Amino acid sequence: MDVNSIAIPENLVYAKPELMNDTHMHYCPGCSHGVVHKLIAEVIEELGWQEKTIGIAPVGCGVFAYKYLDIDWQEAAHGRAPALATAVKRLLPDKMVFTYQGDGDLAAIGTAETIHAANRGENIAIFFINNGIYGMTGGQMAPTTLKGMKTSTSPEGRNVETMGNPLKILDLLALLDGVCLATRVSVHTAAAVKKTRRMIKLAFENAMAGKGTSIVEVVSTCNAGWKMTPAQANDWMVENMFPVYPIGDLKNI
Amino acid sequence: MAEAISLMKGNDAIAHAAIRYGVDGYFGYPITPQSEVIEVLMEAAPWKTTGMVVLQAESEVSAINMVYGGAACGKYVMTSSSSPGISLKQEGISYMAGAELPCLIVNVQRGGPGLGTIQPSQADYFQTVKGGGHGDYKLITLAPNSVQEMADFVALGFDLAFKYRNPAIILTDGVIGQMMEKVKLPEFRRRRTEEEVREQCPWATLGKTADRGPNIITSLELGSAEMEENNKRFQAKYRVIEEKEVRYEEIQCDDADYLLVAFGSAARICLKTIQLAREEGIKVGLIRPITLWPFPAKVLYGYADTVKGMLTVELNAGQMVEDVRLAVNGKVPVEHYGRLGGIVPTPDEVLVALKKKMEIK
Repeated sequence: MDVNSIAIPENLVYAKPELMNDTHMHYCPGCSHGVVHKLIAEVIEELGWQEKTIGIAPVGCGVFAYKYLDIDWQEAAHGRAPALATAVKRLLPDKMVFTYQGDGDLAAIGTAETIHAANRGENIAIFFINNGIYGMTGGQMAPTTLKGMKTSTSPEGRNVETMGNPLKILDLLALLDGVCLATRVSVHTAAAVKKTRRMIKLAFENAMAGKGTSIVEVVSTCNAGWKMTPAQANDWMVENMFPVYPIGDLKNI
Repeated sequence: MAEAISLMKGNDAIAHAAIRYGVDGYFGYPITPQSEVIEVLMEAAPWKTTGMVVLQAESEVSAINMVYGGAACGKYVMTSSSSPGISLKQEGISYMAGAELPCLIVNVQRGGPGLGTIQPSQADYFQTVKGGGHGDYKLITLAPNSVQEMADFVALGFDLAFKYRNPAIILTDGVIGQMMEKVKLPEFRRRRTEEEVREQCPWATLGKTADRGPNIITSLELGSAEMEENNKRFQAKYRVIEEKEVRYEEIQCDDADYLLVAFGSAARICLKTIQLAREEGIKVGLIRPITLWPFPAKVLYGYADTVKGMLTVELNAGQMVEDVRLAVNGKVPVEHYGRLGGIVPTPDEVLVALKKKMEIK
């Protein structure tokens, strides 16, 4: 059997979701964003919700999320995505509304918008990429940067006595009555990717079932910002990020 | 059946007019002297009748960003606040101007700077018509001088905002917001259906249908050449608005030797000043800009040859006076009289200032 006989439609076991267009992604090779984008696209397609899904893009590396998935999008100011999503969902209750946010966007400048949207139990899904660093602006310290972790604004490593501690914002959000799902996942192995896909789907279903706010935190790598190869970044994440941001459900009701 | 005449505050009139206009959503945060807007809306509970959403946000920042989200769906959405809260909204206003989103903002001004006072002021003129937020943009600015105009300008503001896909603002103050007057509220209009919004706002993010590409609402464009093109498009739109949408009122200007130029509550005071002046044989008229941007510069220039001087009367340290001076370009003396920090001048006080500054014996 040669290659050409394998590459026939009948033998197809995997395809790019149709919702993902062919725009060249700006993400670095090895970055978790591309995988999460693909999973969101797959879930929307599986649910058949292309025509009723509205995405809210953040400021940060995810700022151009709107270029890659062929749905309607709004690009928010830094940190304000949950405020936009609140209005969209309130005004269009039969639509599926999600935000896609990084750690700086969600856990620093947008803390108020995030906590209050979740506290109101807005029927939205929040996908939270936590890679412990500001990737888009070139590797500065994030609220979720680990203790001792070197960034361009913590060149000696994060000193928690002067720079604060890594912010476990999902733990805070899980306490809120408006939140129905607060879960940490990752995309560094095939099994982890499958689990993340399930949680993304659950978040979508929760939103349309009117159960309240779902937050899926994807503990992620930023190999460029961390100055590692993609493989090293995955290992480093397992060794260093997971102890601080443990994988699993904090709340799932 | 004829519409009933009601007696109510300016702030209340905004709220009732919004429900009747068919506004889809109001997002606000309490601040004196405009909290009646959200209080009246909550009391009226329009979500039970028209389906209008009313939400108290966690901050003015969040409220204006909720407006962004709603406006991006092609909905009639609005917010209201007072000066310190409007400062917080500048981020969202700039983003909406950049994303070309229509909405209505209401600023019931109070005295600043800082936390200032809760008394009336017009000191946010510069902030409103010169920018406020970052970038080259303009806000369609309406300045009501009565409770009736507070009600009427809800419709006018939305109409202009949607006509030009640009935020509009009602710039008023604690006098107009708090005083009670007779008002005839507009007729009820039903809210638009989703199909009507899709037709009127083909750019709105209502969910991508199979017959079109994705709608993307953003102010971002990293390419400088493309961003310059965006800015040129905005500027071209602003020139059209300046050409077509100037609104003003001329009162006893035909035979005037002197002109008062004032907007909003200051213009109400000037009406009495004109009367007092004419009783003394001084022929005074009043130009009342109704749109502060676009500014009635051509009208003022037209009077530069016929009057001996112009006096702007403002509840600030001299802001609109700069635009009047630009308008007449040195052809006639232009002076300013104002009170600060929440003090409202009396008509007599304005007449004394007019005589002194224009050296009228």
